[in-house]
Amino acid sequence: MSTGLHLDLPFYAQVINLLAAMLLLLSFAMLAQRRILSLINLFMAQGVVLFASTAVVAAATNQHHLYWSALITLVLKVFLLPWILHRLIRRLNVKWDIETLINIPTTMMIGLVLVIFSFNLALPISALAGTITRSTLGIAMAAVMLAFLMMITRSKAVPQVIGFLAMENGLFFAATSATYGMPMVVELGIALDVLVGMVILGVFFFQIREQFDSLDIRHMEKLKDD
Amino acid sequence: MNTAFSVILQFLELVTALLAAPLLTGWVNQCRAWLGNRTAPPLFQFYRQLAKLFEKEVVLAANASSLFRAAPYFIFACMALASMIVPTLSTEPPFGPAADAIALVGIFALARVFSALAGMDIGTSFGTLGARREMLIGFLAEPALLMVFFTASLISQSTSLSTIVQALGQREFAIYPSLAFAGVAFTMVSLAENARIPVDNPTTHLELTMIHEAMILEYSGRHLALIEWAATLKLYAYSCLGLALFFPWGIPEGTGFANLLVALPALVFKLAVGGFLLALIETVSAKLRIFRAPEFLGTAFMLAVLAMLVHLLLETAK
Amino acid sequence: MPGAQGLLSIDWMVLVIAAWLAIGIGAIFAPRNFPYISRVLYPAGALVGLLLAVAAFAALNQTPETMVLPLGLPDLPFHLRLDSLSALFLMLLGACTAGISIFAAGYLRKAEGTAPGVQCLQYHVFLASMALVLLADDAYAFMVAWESMALSSFFLVTSDHRIPEIRRAGYLYLLIAHVGAISLLLCFGVLQGNGDAGVAGYTFANMRGIDHNAFWSSAAFGLALFGFGAKAGLLPLHVWLPEAHPAAPSPVSAMMSGVMLKTAIYGVLRVGFDLLHHPLWWWGVAVLTLGLVTALFGVIFAAVQSDMKRLLAYSSIENIGLLFVGIGLTLTFQSFGMRALAALALTSVLYHCLNHAAFKSLLFLVTGSVLHATQTRNLGKLGGLIHYMPWVAWLGLLGVLSSAGLPPFNGFVSEWLLLQAFLFTPGLPHGYINMMIPVAAAAVALTAALAGYVMVKFFAVIFLGQPREAKLNQAHDAGRLERSGLVWLAALCVALGLFPVFVIEKLDSVTRLLLGTGIYQAAGEAARAHGWMYLAPISPDRASYAPVVFLLSILVIVAAAYLIVRRFWHIRVRITGAWDCGFPMQTARMQDTAEGFGQPLRQVFEPFYRMTRELPSSFDKAPVYRVVVEDHLWYWLYLPVAKVTEFGARMVAFLQQGRISIYLLYSFVTLVVLLFLIHG
Repeated sequence: MSTGLHLDLPFYAQVINLLAAMLLLLSFAMLAQRRILSLINLFMAQGVVLFASTAVVAAATNQHHLYWSALITLVLKVFLLPWILHRLIRRLNVKWDIETLINIPTTMMIGLVLVIFSFNLALPISALAGTITRSTLGIAMAAVMLAFLMMITRSKAVPQVIGFLAMENGLFFAATSATYGMPMVVELGIALDVLVGMVILGVFFFQIREQFDSLDIRHMEKLKDD
Repeated sequence: MNTAFSVILQFLELVTALLAAPLLTGWVNQCRAWLGNRTAPPLFQFYRQLAKLFEKEVVLAANASSLFRAAPYFIFACMALASMIVPTLSTEPPFGPAADAIALVGIFALARVFSALAGMDIGTSFGTLGARREMLIGFLAEPALLMVFFTASLISQSTSLSTIVQALGQREFAIYPSLAFAGVAFTMVSLAENARIPVDNPTTHLELTMIHEAMILEYSGRHLALIEWAATLKLYAYSCLGLALFFPWGIPEGTGFANLLVALPALVFKLAVGGFLLALIETVSAKLRIFRAPEFLGTAFMLAVLAMLVHLLLETAK
Repeated sequence: MPGAQGLLSIDWMVLVIAAWLAIGIGAIFAPRNFPYISRVLYPAGALVGLLLAVAAFAALNQTPETMVLPLGLPDLPFHLRLDSLSALFLMLLGACTAGISIFAAGYLRKAEGTAPGVQCLQYHVFLASMALVLLADDAYAFMVAWESMALSSFFLVTSDHRIPEIRRAGYLYLLIAHVGAISLLLCFGVLQGNGDAGVAGYTFANMRGIDHNAFWSSAAFGLALFGFGAKAGLLPLHVWLPEAHPAAPSPVSAMMSGVMLKTAIYGVLRVGFDLLHHPLWWWGVAVLTLGLVTALFGVIFAAVQSDMKRLLAYSSIENIGLLFVGIGLTLTFQSFGMRALAALALTSVLYHCLNHAAFKSLLFLVTGSVLHATQTRNLGKLGGLIHYMPWVAWLGLLGVLSSAGLPPFNGFVSEWLLLQAFLFTPGLPHGYINMMIPVAAAAVALTAALAGYVMVKFFAVIFLGQPREAKLNQAHDAGRLERSGLVWLAALCVALGLFPVFVIEKLDSVTRLLLGTGIYQAAGEAARAHGWMYLAPISPDRASYAPVVFLLSILVIVAAAYLIVRRFWHIRVRITGAWDCGFPMQTARMQDTAEGFGQPLRQVFEPFYRMTRELPSSFDKAPVYRVVVEDHLWYWLYLPVAKVTEFGARMVAFLQQGRISIYLLYSFVTLVVLLFLIHG
């Protein structure tokens, strides 16, 4: 009836497309979110989406190591990291609204431009790729860029870390959707890196606060004068 | 298709809408009360309220113009027409070709303009405040709604609502990620347009937080009844629209009494669930400050635009 | 179809021009005879306009007719040509003139600057030159007509030339008009090719025949866009509009906004599709982007105005932006060979030209009536006029609803067509453009919604609420002549809104001329399946809209509701004071002012405005709040340019020594240098 319908895609590819869309949706929700608490919950939801998409890819392509990375995602990004973050903000007592450097609608508008940019960037690459989930590459790139944008526009340290973690989510999604995942060793390494990075940043938070009495990283501008 | 039958069906749709709309609002209010751990008003409370208002005489401000007196009728007519155009019981209402999705947005806009003008007519501080805020909500909600329709139109290659619903409902099972975005955007727009909680509070009469209520403050008697009825019709039309776009199952393609027997229970069931979800959203969220509302709707607008982009990326055959 | 007495259509057009000139000259002989001018000459002009509209309507479907007028310089006669495109715009001119001239007959007063007779001459020369612009078939005739149009409208804008602001506005208008005219001159220079054709090279027939390469055609198009954009008010050349419109008398504003801006659209269409043949895709994208920016800018600024004519001027900028969006879309589709879609987009442009001409003229005339009744253009001093001027208010309401793009009025039809053109964009062979289309559609939708906001503000602040000044209760309704002008334009709005199918069928001949196909031709019988009631430009399955059914069902429901309420209950009314939540001390000053109503948008779109606020301190006994909203472009573009120009002028002033012998020396040196160069 029309060119818009794409009934020829297999079912799991459609599910992955849906999950990709949800990842993007969550990235945008993070961009628009002011509360740190909701930000962590959104990050957790991203973890769930990643877990689901990795599991679906694993089931569809019958690659067993992907089940393992799905499991790691589940443990690390749905349970462990959000738990650490929750603890952190409770200890630091920073549940209040974040002020953004640019107002939210403008940020979203920039985000929209970034999405168009990354979709177009991904078009030729996905045309080359032979995997079933190739069109999701654009979304993965968009998710990375949006996370980057979020890091740029937030002035507090905790949201920046969440942005950093969300960026890693995007990369991870790109890896699973475009190449069916990385080798297990690399994946474990990255997982460990993220975890260690998180811990170190956690320590930093306390240090920053002790130094400046605030988690507003704009205070760091003062360091320049030294 | 039997023309006489389809006209009867159309009439039936209108009557269903007129009767069911207050019921839907009553149901939402009931759910809200239950969720808030209060004693719920009866389901038919809204009819009694309408009957009472029609019974009462109109108290009119001395400097009201005839625009003020005509507006309730026009607002009511717009909403009734809207609920006739939205496919509820059949995908082929005879009024379908008269107005497509864009015209439907136009009807809502027409009603909004009339209510804003009426709100400004008496020249009271609250009336003008309400009108201004309503237009503020409207100018972002309208394009967002239009973009939601556009996403559905891109999928079905048509702006005609019946074709959209047919294409989405009678398709083979396929997942449209873009509809996820559109669905979120649509929910946000519906909340704003129906004066629901994150944006407006339908039950408030606290002066400073009113939007819709402030605008219709000067109305009384039958005028108020028509406006309130129109508001319930709007909620009904929006609900049916959401159901038709995102959960189009159970709207029969053809016409016939057998189909009607399927369509009516399906509609009632879906509306009941939808109404409960609406009450749930309202219960768990807090009202936004007025200047957060443009942000809220701006987000909806962006999401709707994203929906189209996602459609272009993921759902077009290359 | 030859007209009566064996005259060709184009002969009728020339007669119309001659008649307008004759009327103008007729006024010169009795410049102070007010009844003669207002009761005889202006109505006669209106009648001629009506005649023009009828003749042009009849000529819409004809094959082009040409004519050579024995005027102009030796060997350089005026070439005229009447094709469907000219006929359409002539029809627009005639139809608007009929309404505006009748209004002007009742509107113009004795004591307003220029003598009425001179003003009448200027007005009719303005009309005649616009008609000549639309008929011209060579660059020379076009430029002559274009310049007389600019000059006559300049004199009309400065009718009240004793007021310094009006002189300033006129100067700005003249300046920008001439910068644009230079650009047009250069454009025609590029278009005429390498000059092999000699003097005949300046005819449009010759320009059509030349196939320019990509560079020269882009140069020509760019120059045309700049030149016509300056007349139309395309960003960043829009600054004259909000200055000139408030300065001009209302009928002149109506004529300028309703018709003169359309001659610029005509020019872009003429150059872009007729004289140049192969549009490049990036022209389309550039025009689309410019149009979008202009439209959004216009509407955002319209929302914060507190002078009713400035508000309408910004709203005109918005509409011009939307027209350019449509033109950009047409160019893009045409460059990719998608003719059916190009035809759809172009139809929306042409339709919107007609719509905007009708509703904007109407609204400007409404402001004129309000201005006469109340002596103020300031929205902050109006209010409640619906009680004193019901005719103007209700006709204005029609214009407002049309302008806000609400069904079933005319603004909605063209908005609908434009959105359809956006929506049925199948995969364009270019990723970025493909993804830009939804964003552009979103921006158009946003603009349309904002236009609703602006129009509610315009109408509600002027006509509704309580009068903000005590003297407003002496306001009187428009007179009979004014009223009939308003009725005519409002009727056009309604007719264009209710019967789009008739009009669009007529527009087919124009799109066929410019693009080689029309939407009815492209869609075939499918589009006509539902008959005249249903507008279904592609096929009824895809999209359809039936304004008549729409209006009738609303009216039926209204009537039914009224009758039922009356039958089962009662229609008793008790009149008292306003309730206002029980607030006891209400005054007219507690309503929203124009600034107040625009305040939410001022907050949402804050970065777009250059705002200067004066806030009173909390201890102020007589607090004054003032906010001035200006345009960033003044400071970012115009003032720097002005500074550079001034600096350059000061440098050149060094040459001016004031002694004759030095000036003679200049001439002598020039002569010697030239002789040397020729020799070398």
